[in-house]
Amino acid sequence: MSEKFDVIVVGAGPAGTACAYLCAKSGLKVLQIERGEYPGSKNVMGGVLYRKQTEEIIPEFWNDAPLERPIVEQRFWMMDKESTVTFGYKGLEWAKEPYNNFTVLRAPFDRWFAQKGVEQGVLLINETVVTECIVENDKVVGVKTDRPDGEILADVVVLADGVNSLLAQQLGFRKELKPDEVALSVMEVINLPKEKINDRFNLEDNQGCTIEIFGDSTKGNLGTAFLYTNKDSLNIGVGTTLSSMMNAKLKPYDLLDYLKNHPMVAPLLAGGESVEYLAHLIPEGGFHSVPKVAGHGVVVVGDAAQLVNAIHREGSNMAMASGKMAAEAIIKAKERQDFSEASLNKYREALYESFILKDLEKYKDAAHTFEHHPQYFNDYVPMLNQAMSKFFTVDGTPKREKQKQIVKGFTGEKGTLNVIKDLYRAWKAVK
Amino acid sequence: MSTSTIEEKQYLTRFKADTKSHLTIVNHEVCQNNCPEKFCTIFCPAEVYKWEGTRMQVGYEGCHECGSCRIGCPQQNIKWEYPKGGHGIVFRLA
Repeated sequence: MSEKFDVIVVGAGPAGTACAYLCAKSGLKVLQIERGEYPGSKNVMGGVLYRKQTEEIIPEFWNDAPLERPIVEQRFWMMDKESTVTFGYKGLEWAKEPYNNFTVLRAPFDRWFAQKGVEQGVLLINETVVTECIVENDKVVGVKTDRPDGEILADVVVLADGVNSLLAQQLGFRKELKPDEVALSVMEVINLPKEKINDRFNLEDNQGCTIEIFGDSTKGNLGTAFLYTNKDSLNIGVGTTLSSMMNAKLKPYDLLDYLKNHPMVAPLLAGGESVEYLAHLIPEGGFHSVPKVAGHGVVVVGDAAQLVNAIHREGSNMAMASGKMAAEAIIKAKERQDFSEASLNKYREALYESFILKDLEKYKDAAHTFEHHPQYFNDYVPMLNQAMSKFFTVDGTPKREKQKQIVKGFTGEKGTLNVIKDLYRAWKAVK
Repeated sequence: MSTSTIEEKQYLTRFKADTKSHLTIVNHEVCQNNCPEKFCTIFCPAEVYKWEGTRMQVGYEGCHECGSCRIGCPQQNIKWEYPKGGHGIVFRLA
């Protein structure tokens, strides 16, 4: 007979570790299973870790965790072929405690975070794949692994196995993902001396900057690119929905090189040395793609539950928060010794009452709208660039005349009614 | 140096390949007869899939385990599993 745990957590990303940490802290016997060589070795993100949802697990983590830079400036570029319209905010309130968010490298961060769980009593086993959930009488009672005699039992199994979550699929909690529900992202980490980063991005040592790039960064396809500052390196990446990549017959690494060589981007990277190349899927189906998240003896958290707000590039915070809510539901279920779906549905209720599902609901039609109306990226970004160019080029034309020309530029090309329709549709999708 | 080819990119990343592939083409004839686009040879971020005239070559050793091929194969012709524990890609940084 194999050993039995209170909780088995599958996966050691932010969601799984948040859940494992809190369960162990409250005295539960927790096994965490990670398929990689170490936590973080299979995990990828652009690099923004949010303070609020992380400190709710580990207060003042910034004194201890391997972070890169606190982000003090967030820029947004609407980029055309040889120009860009910039919008952004820089605030030094974000440069001091308690901070707003940080750039991180996931391999060191996830490793540190999982170690915090181990210090609370989590038994962490690396290099082990959970091949399936053991189901008896419709109830999940444990997991099978790829180790010899690898069956382990638990009252609750937490699926924190990432975007592909083959386990959630095995249980029938969701169907196979579709190409328009995921974004394929590729990125490079590029080493650059700290002084160069500070100079190029107008930063002090302990300040970071993020740039989200729309438009020509994806050659007009539905997606975004990003450029984030680490201490001594930059993360540069680009992603589009897999369906867009298929329709446009794009090779993701070609798109990344296109971005790196773009005249708006290249000077920021010049002289840098690429040190790692990474590819990953981001669950971007939003509200409609969230699977069943609680069943008899099982809950689903983080990317496995498709909890990503693509519009605001929030995911790691939702992972942390969902892991915490799952832990709270499991701790209560343990007090009642009731691990039924009804009992674990406290997690589902908490999730739907929180910012997570409220935000996903707000943007539930956004991806669909922008995927099916490519004019937002294809037409309006270049038009906006042309308008700005016209307005700021001093050529003796009176400003009122310029304004007229700009408005005519927008409505003349598409027709006034179509512009109004497009504006209304976009507003409806994000309101 | 910044990279300019997929080969250079892949060279930066650490892999601990298993001896057995975790990616399986279910039926090579489906690739040949039913799939003119061969999307996997285009969107795979590691260029794992290469069409060799009559069969699909699968360079699983360089796989990033992203899952795109499983989701994007229009014929559902790719059996996709995780590599054995401790094997496959090993990200050191991000």
